[in-house]
Amino acid sequence: MSKINSVNDFVIKFANVNGSGSASANQMFAKGVFRSGIPVSPKNIFPSNIQGLPTWFEVRVNEKGYLGRREGIDISVAMNPQSYQKDVAELKENGYLIYDSSWKREFGRDDINVLEIPLTKLCVQEFTNPKQRLLFKNLGYVGLLASILEMDKDIYISLIEEQFKGKEKLIEPNVKALNIGYNYAEENFKDYCEIKVQKSDKTDGLILTSGNDAAGLGCVYGGATVCAWYPITPSTSLAESFSKYSEKFRVEIGTDKNKFAFIQAEDELAAMGMTIGANWNGARAFTATSGPGVSLMSEFIGLAYFAEVPTVLFNVQRGGPSTGMPTRTQQSDILCSAYASHGDTKHVLLIPSDPKECFDFAVEAFDLADRLQTPVIVLLDLDLGMNDWSTKEFEWDDSNQYDRGKVLSREDLDGIERFGRYLDVDGDGIPYRTYPGTHPEKGAYFTRGTSHDEYAGYTEDGIKNAEMLTRLLKKFQTASSLVPAPVFNQEKNASSMGIIYFGSTDCSMQEALDVLDEQNLKIDAMRIRAFPFNLEVWEFIEEHDLLFIVEQNRDGQMRTLIMAEGGIIPDKLVSILCFDGQPITAEHITNKINAHLSGKPALAMS
Amino acid sequence: MTYIVKPKNHHPLLEKNKLGLTRRDYEGAVSTLCAGCGHDSVSSAIVEACFQLSIESYKVAKLSGIGCSSKAPAYFLNQSHGFNSVHGRMPSIATGAAMANHELTYLGISGDGDTASIGVGQFVHCARRQLNMTYIVENNGTYGLTKGQFSATNDLESKSKYGDDNLFPSIDLPTMAIQLGASFVARSFSGDREQLVPLLKAALSHKGFSFLDIISPCVTFNNHKTSTKSYDYIREHNDALSKPDFVPLGQEIVTEYPMGSSIEVPLHDGSLLALEKLSQDYDPADKIQAIQNIQESQRDGKVLTGLLYADPKAKDLKEILNVSDKPLNTMGKNDLCPGAEKLEGINSGLR
Repeated sequence: MSKINSVNDFVIKFANVNGSGSASANQMFAKGVFRSGIPVSPKNIFPSNIQGLPTWFEVRVNEKGYLGRREGIDISVAMNPQSYQKDVAELKENGYLIYDSSWKREFGRDDINVLEIPLTKLCVQEFTNPKQRLLFKNLGYVGLLASILEMDKDIYISLIEEQFKGKEKLIEPNVKALNIGYNYAEENFKDYCEIKVQKSDKTDGLILTSGNDAAGLGCVYGGATVCAWYPITPSTSLAESFSKYSEKFRVEIGTDKNKFAFIQAEDELAAMGMTIGANWNGARAFTATSGPGVSLMSEFIGLAYFAEVPTVLFNVQRGGPSTGMPTRTQQSDILCSAYASHGDTKHVLLIPSDPKECFDFAVEAFDLADRLQTPVIVLLDLDLGMNDWSTKEFEWDDSNQYDRGKVLSREDLDGIERFGRYLDVDGDGIPYRTYPGTHPEKGAYFTRGTSHDEYAGYTEDGIKNAEMLTRLLKKFQTASSLVPAPVFNQEKNASSMGIIYFGSTDCSMQEALDVLDEQNLKIDAMRIRAFPFNLEVWEFIEEHDLLFIVEQNRDGQMRTLIMAEGGIIPDKLVSILCFDGQPITAEHITNKINAHLSGKPALAMS
Repeated sequence: MTYIVKPKNHHPLLEKNKLGLTRRDYEGAVSTLCAGCGHDSVSSAIVEACFQLSIESYKVAKLSGIGCSSKAPAYFLNQSHGFNSVHGRMPSIATGAAMANHELTYLGISGDGDTASIGVGQFVHCARRQLNMTYIVENNGTYGLTKGQFSATNDLESKSKYGDDNLFPSIDLPTMAIQLGASFVARSFSGDREQLVPLLKAALSHKGFSFLDIISPCVTFNNHKTSTKSYDYIREHNDALSKPDFVPLGQEIVTEYPMGSSIEVPLHDGSLLALEKLSQDYDPADKIQAIQNIQESQRDGKVLTGLLYADPKAKDLKEILNVSDKPLNTMGKNDLCPGAEKLEGINSGLR
């Protein structure tokens, strides 16, 4: 039998039953590879369910640092008989199948290598507690993998010790479980597997974390004090990250009181209302949600836009429309975020592409919201938000200052004859604001969603209202010079063709560009990081005759946004789309581009 | 929200409060509500209560939703910041604002449509969370701005101005508020200034969620013979529970209110709300009795007014969440940012 042979380059997929405790063991496997110095990209493919349904965990191990999803499974750890058929079918020829042979099976494929380990039987022999018998099967296969991949077992022992720090009693049975699989494999599969993990140094300067965790931490560093939120997959862990880090770093010494308020609202409407109320009153506040929440928040987003209240919203996108695929990924809220709410509204979007950038953009979102006095929406997606990524270490410069924007103090107000909340004093479309309670006689005004004049007074004068809307447009123009610039893959444009992409697509795009390069296809690439689009974006579009726009949605929403905002002719912009709920792959991108260039009609999705 | 700026000429002999301010200093713009609207009486009572309490207007935030009632904040306390938000969502704006700075006084003005229908969810949770604010419903039993539709506080089978029957039972907001955990619940009538002003003063001084349901007849759409929210109906059926008086901190109370004729409710700042009992033994600390009394009055076709329930010791949201005494909106980078060294520690934990 032939076997797949590779070092530090493979995809392993775990098939488990949801709620069986497999997630932490799978995570531990990935972390062990990361600690061996090889970048990994674990992806949890889970059902919208708590217990009993199939769930998968896919880990790509790649020394070159390609972290995008890759089709084809090299090693399948099939622990769920419910999904055997599917799991065996997607295993590559000459791949490895590991299953619990306490109940023997024939899989009907003679082109794969089957590793049998009677995990249930072994755990029943070794443990008496029924819960442990079930749970420790998971660590058992981690031990087996450590052996067959020739990894350093001590890495896993350290990981167990770290995980159970403070609960030392649990270390021994966990190590025992790891050894059950490890020892069994040493005895039965010595030199069997030809896929290996060899220690490397490619994770120097990297950390393993998720975008949601990073963004929540960024909110702490960015000075957010109020988080109002409503639970919704896949954004929940972002709010929880803020709470976790706040409890660690934001408790007053002496009083034990919190320098933050963490409020689980009754729904997304209230979450957004609280966020606006707190920002209005001078605290930095945010909410985190996903598409359905953005729909609910839209009325309030329009109020914050029109009344010019700074607001930060994280939209961790999931598969839509409607309730859609809550546990799958998409980039399909571009338009509903950019133009959220009725009437003429536009919002600042920040689009990070990895957890490090989630941290940075979370910090930046508060500065931009305060500076521009408008909602800032940070767009993540499920893949970026919930999965762990091998990402650059977080950085912070202690000389960084918060930009609280144009806020008048009591002394400022003393020097002003008449305060006008919506006067464009500086000509950049951004007015000055006051916090409630600043001055006994000056600076009070009415914040309202109704049409208003420069002094915040209600007006039904249509000309006045039109002037106000025009100034808001000017402010949006100012925003385009303040938001993060795009990132270019090349120092100088070298092709008449360009690729535009954004967000979590980045990891697959780096690989795709290398593949295209090997095929001698030179295409310039630009990663958009924000809306409104700044000058560099328009220049890149101007300088290329043909542009591929890669997005993870059905309708080419970024393409629509570019056409609408820049009056770009549609013929020039070719969509490369993926919307099956799985993160886009490099292969998908290169196939689509090649198909287009060779004149073959590309299918909608695959 | 229409308004007309009021000329600011003070008579030199106007009475002044502890801050040296006159009642005029607590006024707002000229109301554009219909002449005779109960809401204007409420605004005037708010001016009086704030004047008497010597409240600093700029330390008050006035919040509202949408509707006739929600226009009212323009008509009092000119020096306060106001936030006229979206329909039924004032409570969430107030919650966020109060978390940002617990040192201001939060005064929310809502209506029966804004609270009992579109905003019922936010009202429920705001009360439940014990937000430290005064929440007033100017309850006229109708949708005024959209010209006379029924609201959820209309009594079953009461008639609209156009003669239509109301087919659904009414929501009693004070009962709800008590059940939800509001720590100060009162009902009054916009036309009963003698009762309303002390209740407002007490509500504003109470720490926690103070709820006031003020029957405030709509002269245009709901002041006809068959309405149970009309001036005439309320005057005839007002079943005042007690005659309240509010005694600010430091004022001698013993001689004025001999034992046996009044019950004194201490408020968080040390001041007292004295209730003069009219007919029954009424203990505003008894939730169950409060609800029972409301329902008995309702059964008898009466509207029970007065302080229905108060728990002066209840914790408010800030205490429940253990939020710092230093207002969050005054904290800067030094208070909030853990810094580079801590971040390096976090990085180490993620390798």
